Amino acid sequence: MNRFGFLSRPKGQAIWVTFALLIMVCLLSAMSEPFATPANISNILRNFAFIAIVALGQMLVIVTGGIDLSVGSVMGLAGVTTAAIMSRGCSLGFGIAGGLGAALAFGWINGYVISRFKISSFIVTLGALSIGRSICMAVTQGRPVSEFGPDAELFFALGGSELLGIAMPVWILLGLALALSSTLRLSAWGKHVFAIGGNEHAAELTGVPVARVKISVYMIASLLAGIGGILLTSFLSSVTANLAEGYELRVIASAVIGGANLTGGEGGAYGAVIGALLIEVIRNGLLLLGVDPYWQGAFVGLFIVLAVLLQRVRGAKGGA
Amino acid sequence: MALLSLHKVSKRFGAVEALCDVDLELRAGEVLGLMGDNGAGKSTLIKLVSGNFAADSGEIRLDDEVVHFRRPVEARRRGVEVVYQDLALCDNLTAAANVYLGRELKRGVGPFKVLAYRAMYRRAAELFQALKSDVRETDLVGKMSGGQRQAVAIARTRLAAAKIVLMDEPCASISVRQVAEVLELIRTMRSHGQAVVLISHRMPDIFDVCDRIVVMRRGRKVADKPIAASSPEEVTGLITGAIAAA
Repeated sequence: MNRFGFLSRPKGQAIWVTFALLIMVCLLSAMSEPFATPANISNILRNFAFIAIVALGQMLVIVTGGIDLSVGSVMGLAGVTTAAIMSRGCSLGFGIAGGLGAALAFGWINGYVISRFKISSFIVTLGALSIGRSICMAVTQGRPVSEFGPDAELFFALGGSELLGIAMPVWILLGLALALSSTLRLSAWGKHVFAIGGNEHAAELTGVPVARVKISVYMIASLLAGIGGILLTSFLSSVTANLAEGYELRVIASAVIGGANLTGGEGGAYGAVIGALLIEVIRNGLLLLGVDPYWQGAFVGLFIVLAVLLQRVRGAKGGA
Repeated sequence: MALLSLHKVSKRFGAVEALCDVDLELRAGEVLGLMGDNGAGKSTLIKLVSGNFAADSGEIRLDDEVVHFRRPVEARRRGVEVVYQDLALCDNLTAAANVYLGRELKRGVGPFKVLAYRAMYRRAAELFQALKSDVRETDLVGKMSGGQRQAVAIARTRLAAAKIVLMDEPCASISVRQVAEVLELIRTMRSHGQAVVLISHRMPDIFDVCDRIVVMRRGRKVADKPIAASSPEEVTGLITGAIAAA
C-alpha cells in the first residue's frame, strides 16, 4: 500500500482502464494512419482536457455518494457569464471572476439544498441543470456572443494557446489533477469525503462536519465545471446558450469508467482523467475509422456499461 | 461522587412513553449491566446519555454538573463515547483511518497541515496490540471479520480516553474467543477508571463482567442492585415481568 506518498495511488479499476487505453491506442494506430500523428494526438489531448477537468469534480461528488447532473449547464453558464461581462468591455479578470463566481454560487446552492433539506442529489442537480440552462438562454437571448472586448486575445490564449507543444487546457488539467489528488491524500477533508461516501451515518456520528464537506464538494464540482466551460468558450472564441449541452453524461461516464463507484466511497483523480481520455480516444478513433458519427453515443454507452460490469466482477471477487 | 447521574428522566415519542421517571447513578471504574426486553427503553436511555436528543423532563448530571446535550458531539466532548451495535465504521477506510475519523492527527505549520499518517498508523497499531487483537492498522475495515470490526470500534473509544463508554450489544455477533477479549477489554477499561454501561441480552456476559445490574421494563427501572445480590433467574423474571421489582 502506498503508505507515505503524497499522491493517491490509482485504484484497481483505473489500472485496468489504463491497459484498455493502451490496447486501444495500439489498435487504432495500426488501423488508421492519421491516428498517431502529432496533430491528431494534440487534438485528442486538448478535447479531452475540457471534459477531464469537469470529471475531476464529478468524481468528488460521486465519491460522497451523490451525483451532479448540472455540470453541463454550469459549464455553459460560466462561459456565457464570462462572455457577457467581457463583451461589455470589462477586463479578463472581471470576466473570469464573474464566470467562476456564477459557477461557485450554483455549487453552493446545490450543496446547501442537498445537505440541509436532505433531498437527493439527483433531483436537486436535475433542477439546477434546468435552471442553469435557462439562465444561459436568458442572458444570451438566443444569440451567439463572439465579441470579447479589449482583452479578447488574452482570453482566447487560455483555451487556444500551446506551451511546449501541448495545449494550455491540458496543462491546467494536469495542475488541477495533481492538486486534487494530493489534497485528497494529505488532508483530513479528503478522508472525510471518502468517509461520507463509505458510511455517511458513521461519519456523522464520529463528528465529521458532513454538511460542510458536502457543500464544499458540490462547490468544487461547479468551480471545475466553470473552469472547463470558460476554457471551452475561450477555445471556440464564441459562445451560445447551448454550450456544453449534454456534457454531464460524458463527464459522469468518465468518472465512472475511471473507477468512481456510484454507491460512494470509491474513486480517484487519476481514474477520472484516464476515463475521460479513454472516451475521447474512442470518439476520435471511431471518427477516423469512418464510423457514422450518429453511432458514437452507442459505443460510449457500451463502454460505460462494460466499465460498471468490470467493477461489479472485481467487487464480487474481492477487489483488485 | 457519581460520574453520571440521572434524576427522574422521562422521554416520550408521541403516544409511547419510552422512559418514565428513571433514576440512575454511575461511578468511575464501574461496569453497569443494562438489561430489558425489546422496547424496554435501553436504547432510548443510551441515546439520551450520548446526546442524540434531550429528555422531556428530569435532570442529567456529569461530574455533578447539569448537562443538556443537543448533539452527540457535545456528549463526546464531555467524555461520553458509544460503541454502536452496527459499529458505525466506514468499510472503505483503513482501521487506523476509522479509529482517527473526526480527530485526525496532523503535522505541519500554519495553514499547511497534512495528515500525520506515520503517527496515526503507529498509535493505532499500539491500540490494537493493547487490545490483543490481530487487526492490522493498514487493512480496510470492509475486509475484516466481525470480531476485528469490534476491535476497531473499541479502539476508537480508547483513543478518545472516554470517561463513560456505552456499549450496545457488543458481543452480539462475534466469535467465542472475541467475546472473551471484549469482556477482558471491559475489565481493562474499569481498571483505568472508566465507567462502562453494557447493554446485552447475554446473561453469562453480564454476570461475568458487571458490578451492578439495572433492569428496565416498559420504560421504567424495575431493579438496580449489585450483581452479587442477584441471579440469572431473578433477572429473567424482572425482564419478563414475572417479578415486579427487586
